Amino acid sequence: MTTEKQEFEQQLQAYVGLEIGPPDEGLDPVNETMIRHWCDALDDRNPIYTDPEAAKAAGHDGVVAPPSMMQSWILRGVEMARPETMKPNKQTELHALLTGHGYTGVVATNCEQGYTRYLRPGDRVSTTTVIEAISEEKATALGIGYFINTREIYRDQQGAEVGWQVFRVLKFKPAQAQPAAADTGAAPATPRRMRPPLGHDNQWWWDGIGRGELLIQKCGSCGTLRHPPRPMCGACQSIERETVRASGRGTLYSFTTMHHPKIPGYEYPLVCALVELEEGTRLLTNLVECSADAVKIGMPVELVMTAVDEELTLPLFRPAQANKG
Amino acid sequence: MSFTLNDKAAIVGIGQTEFSKNSGRSELHLAAEAVKAALDDAGIAPSEVDGMTTFSVDTNQEIAVAQAVGIGELTFFARTEYGGGAAIAVLLHAAMAVATGVAKTVVVYRAFNERSGWRFSTGVSEGVPLTSDMLHWSWYMPYGLMTPPSWVAMFAQRYMHEYGCTSLDLAEVAVAARKHAVNNPDAWFYERPITIEDHQNSRFIAEPLRLLDCCQESDAGCAVVITSTERAKDLKGSAAVIRGIAQGAGADQEQMTSYYRPSISSLPEMDLVARQVYAMAGLGPGEIDCANIYDAFTPIVLWQLESCGFCGRGEGKDFVKNGALEVGGRLPTNTNGGQLSEAYVHGMNGVNEGVRLIRGTSVNQPAKNDHVLVTAGVGVPTSAMILGQLQ
Repeated sequence: MTTEKQEFEQQLQAYVGLEIGPPDEGLDPVNETMIRHWCDALDDRNPIYTDPEAAKAAGHDGVVAPPSMMQSWILRGVEMARPETMKPNKQTELHALLTGHGYTGVVATNCEQGYTRYLRPGDRVSTTTVIEAISEEKATALGIGYFINTREIYRDQQGAEVGWQVFRVLKFKPAQAQPAAADTGAAPATPRRMRPPLGHDNQWWWDGIGRGELLIQKCGSCGTLRHPPRPMCGACQSIERETVRASGRGTLYSFTTMHHPKIPGYEYPLVCALVELEEGTRLLTNLVECSADAVKIGMPVELVMTAVDEELTLPLFRPAQANKG
Repeated sequence: MSFTLNDKAAIVGIGQTEFSKNSGRSELHLAAEAVKAALDDAGIAPSEVDGMTTFSVDTNQEIAVAQAVGIGELTFFARTEYGGGAAIAVLLHAAMAVATGVAKTVVVYRAFNERSGWRFSTGVSEGVPLTSDMLHWSWYMPYGLMTPPSWVAMFAQRYMHEYGCTSLDLAEVAVAARKHAVNNPDAWFYERPITIEDHQNSRFIAEPLRLLDCCQESDAGCAVVITSTERAKDLKGSAAVIRGIAQGAGADQEQMTSYYRPSISSLPEMDLVARQVYAMAGLGPGEIDCANIYDAFTPIVLWQLESCGFCGRGEGKDFVKNGALEVGGRLPTNTNGGQLSEAYVHGMNGVNEGVRLIRGTSVNQPAKNDHVLVTAGVGVPTSAMILGQLQ
């Protein structure tokens, strides 16, 4: 190890055991409004957080805050996204030291909490933070770096401990792959709808969509229309194939409004629709420009060719426009 | 000359692992454990096994399971396509092998880490070669119709529209299954009852299906041992005789999306299978005492009740009222809790429960158990069987 590196590590270790600064005081007292918002956001239905009767039945004097909310009482909100506006302390100093040596990345890796008592509306929370440990330099998938453990003690207005948190971050030199990827200037991939795999039996249909035409396969021998397309006619076994262009008018045969899972690239709720075209075949598509509660089986619908991204156009459907000239 | 599988083969052993959300071991390990347990139940040594069947989607090769369990030479192995639709077809093939002498002792297995590993609920994905299967999915992927509940929801919406079936009717199926699971220590939802209100309050997954209309996702392995009915009489285990068994694909059959038939409010594939099974067994729906009906989603239970002749078309919603699916009801069904509430093992846990019903060892045992109907997954080519007592 070079002397320079030894000196740097000594500088780092000098922070171990330090309290980072004066106590952080919560901006608001523990209050029922924030508790309610938290429970809503996390879908936590435990009634002791919102219903005084239920809380009393569970042995409390009134509603209590979810213990896992503890840290939220002292968080700074949007201010935290603008580090330059935050008051400097020993922790920001330590991070700046590491950043100055090329350890520019930071990622939270572990968080552990313990709770001494439930917080109640009116409690005022404050916390003190000690830099508990700094690891040796470690090689990780993200790059080489140092793990930093901090321990926060949470106290109430009487100074009595109400809980603690051990938080661990990795301060690292981003691995080579990442700057290289950034150098190409490639925009982060935006999730997009899945592409249909293409081949002999469906490419021509998608080519039609590319020209703005919704096609239906037609047997060149017996004239039977079929969708989804097949290489051979099930009615007469002919492999002669023609197409007809659909008018784009149809009715909604069935549908499902999808909520979960939310697949990246699609917007939810997503209405998947089975449309019966006036030519007689059915087509699976999405219904758009229609509020979820207005979707009804049997409703007239019409084609609206839609570019869902730069490369993919889909034949979507919307409620038929009655007065369309 | 006619040939029938009626009473030719019997299930002489059943085995399973625990049902969990994270097995902590490989799918091969689960398969080996389940197979060993089934052989132990039958009192048959691994060395006696000469045939194996499973689902084509099972990741465990026959020879890998055979090596793990100590099964030696195999004279027969076969796989069946179409996910859960294979659940009884794998037994059909085993029974055919036994009845024709191609094999004497066939092990049927299915094992997966469907919850902690690859989950079916995550849907179809891009980037595989254009097989006929992917050509099929190409008509759905761009629109986001890629998950099992959404495929079934499309049928359900139309069925409910045509027959006036409501979400409350579907709740009956979910609640009945849960009542059974509450008594079953093997079930994931053991001692955790639900009410109609719980069902109604559960979130939508793909309307009209709610969370409690959907089966679980599970890590598990299940296996059974099949041999000839003659040999079954000499074995230690209590056997369930296969009275009738069949598989079938309907006309215009798609994989989960048969949306292009004149009507999409029934299951032609199960109509076909039920006809064959009853004919082979020489029985009708009136002689079925209890059932294990594939319940990946609640509405498919209604449609199968209709296909299997327990009620008329569109009357499933009326049939399931007043505890008809519970012990003491007209057709005690999914007495293990089903896939809704015991575990999702591609229907193979339903096969094991069918055998327990015949043996009289279900934790929710109905008094009458001469004939038990067991069905496989629907919406895909499917299969079913009627089990009976060894005479």
